[in-house]
Amino acid sequence: MRALNDIYIITRRQLLLLSRVPEVLIFSTIQPVMFVLLFRYVFGGSIDTGQPGGYVQLLMPGIFVQTVAFTLAGTASGLAEDMKKGLIDRFRSLPISQSALVIGRTLGDSLLNIVVLAVMGIAGYVVGWRPSSGIGNIALGFLFLLFFGYALSWVGVLVGLSASDARVVQNVSFIVTFPLTFLSNAFAPTTGMPRALQYFAEWNPVSTMVAACRELFGLENQFGATAGSFPSEHPLVTSLFYMVVIMVIFIPLSLRKYRNYAE
Amino acid sequence: MKTVIAENLVKTYDKGKVRALDGLNLDVEEGTVLSVLGPNGAGKTTVVRILTTLLRADSGNAQVAGIDVVNNPEKVREVIGLSGQYAAVDEILTGYDNLVMFGELYHLGKKQAVVRANELLERFSLTEAAKRPIKTYSGGMRRRLDLAASLIVKPKVLFLDEPTTGLDPRGRQEMWGVIQELVKGGVTLLLTTQYLEEADQLADDIAVIDTGKVIARGTSDALKKQVGGERLEVVVEQQHIAKTMEIVSAVSGHTAGLDEGLRLITAPVSTGSVALFEVLKSLDSAGIHALDVGLKRPSLDDVFLALTGHTAEVKVEEKEVKK
Ligand SMILES: Nc1ncnc2c1ncn2[C@@H]1O[C@H](COP(=O)(O)OP(=O)(O)OP(=O)(O)O)[C@@H](O)[C@H]1O
Ligand SMILES: [Mg+2]
Repeated sequence: MRALNDIYIITRRQLLLLSRVPEVLIFSTIQPVMFVLLFRYVFGGSIDTGQPGGYVQLLMPGIFVQTVAFTLAGTASGLAEDMKKGLIDRFRSLPISQSALVIGRTLGDSLLNIVVLAVMGIAGYVVGWRPSSGIGNIALGFLFLLFFGYALSWVGVLVGLSASDARVVQNVSFIVTFPLTFLSNAFAPTTGMPRALQYFAEWNPVSTMVAACRELFGLENQFGATAGSFPSEHPLVTSLFYMVVIMVIFIPLSLRKYRNYAE
Repeated sequence: MKTVIAENLVKTYDKGKVRALDGLNLDVEEGTVLSVLGPNGAGKTTVVRILTTLLRADSGNAQVAGIDVVNNPEKVREVIGLSGQYAAVDEILTGYDNLVMFGELYHLGKKQAVVRANELLERFSLTEAAKRPIKTYSGGMRRRLDLAASLIVKPKVLFLDEPTTGLDPRGRQEMWGVIQELVKGGVTLLLTTQYLEEADQLADDIAVIDTGKVIARGTSDALKKQVGGERLEVVVEQQHIAKTMEIVSAVSGHTAGLDEGLRLITAPVSTGSVALFEVLKSLDSAGIHALDVGLKRPSLDDVFLALTGHTAEVKVEEKEVKK
């Protein structure tokens, strides 16, 4: 019970920080909104999708997944920042549950994702995104996205605790996230890629996530090289599997790293 | 009863290359103040972090309020307050938010946490700044808030790591006032400092440490006696040096020392301002006009000189202490 209370207080701190520095919220939404506009109006015109409603229908799930994938960087750099200021020492000298600080941070970052996804959804709607699968499935899609962000935020905890410098953390996070989001089906069909890359792109958790979301938002999926394989047939289950694997690996690793902070 | 005990603590960094603590022994009697006095890199922060469960020693034992810091860190955290060398409060949040948050983390409950936050803000003269983010605070205000955060639940043992380093003289005075109040309230306090004067002002007992070991231990009076108390310093024109040295030596009872470059004559004195007055009188009747006269209290350097024969070495590889 005490542990829950501690986690709740840390989560609330995360949100309080956001309300004090609204720039963070603005910047974490501006970038994806720019992506929406860029892909919708600059590249979108030259991508023939064969989907009713056009490219934007395919694009939005990709943007959503990319947005939540950046939770990794957010969690990592936030934690690195706290360490740099010695704030972690203060928390660690308090009689609180020792994992509360990291759990609270992952939860807080996920709550931020709710707001960011809401803004993205509205932006998408404005530029013509119309999910056609009914309210239940749409909600499920967003829930799925939040869950994915949560799983990745645990990777962020490990990165944040391992690096010595907040700038290094930023770079490492981007090096991890950028290729994953671009070597995927998020912005363009994988069918145009060299065959070897197609395999990578289609097994990539980002792709299965995007595919799962497209399905939940009422779209057909296109897989190239791996058509007929398990991930292409069951992107939802595959994605869930990926998330569980990420959490099973990274939660214990991160918590251990945090506890062993005393060497 | 000993509230803090450290026995034979050894801590190395960088795979044994840096020996931060080298068999350090300490203890603090309940309700007293121990000042750990040492230069940069002596191991002050390291010992504080070990005693407050933030760092694990390579070997040795440590107990706080009878609880072992390695076996029972959670229990230790319930009875200690810590204000580290670098004020560790949330920069973005306001002073008020910080204190309420820490209060809740001490499981006071929201209402009680708010009451306590306001009390502490008042007590540390931060009420006006309460609703401002910490990043707008001065160094002294930050320090006071950090101290307030470590006092939310009255700790049995309080650890303050260099509470006045980086503060201007006024900030330092204020901080001393605050700490003296606490001491009157009967807290057991372990405080680290680089300033003999600070240890003298605040502590019952002083442990001088150098390169990870205690090299002297005692009351500040005992320590000062060992060091030789105050020193009289006189600066005169070149042609008066010889005569002035005679006068100073006579008053001091010791042979006066001379720094030729500065034309500075010094000698230990035990009678303070009386000696100062006598010297001035003698100089006056000898027709010597002193350019500068003063009493100097012994500094950390003087302590080190007396104890080790060398001045406090400042470690060259002075790193930010993190991790
Ligand atoms: N994380 C670390 N990695 C490597 N060496 C370290 C580390 N932390 C401290 N040291 C070294 O250990 C020694 C003791 O450091 P410590 O921080 O305890 O000294 P200190 O007395 O607190 O100094 P200061 O007055 O500068 O705060 C120093 O030589 C320091 O360089
Ligand atoms: Mg230090």
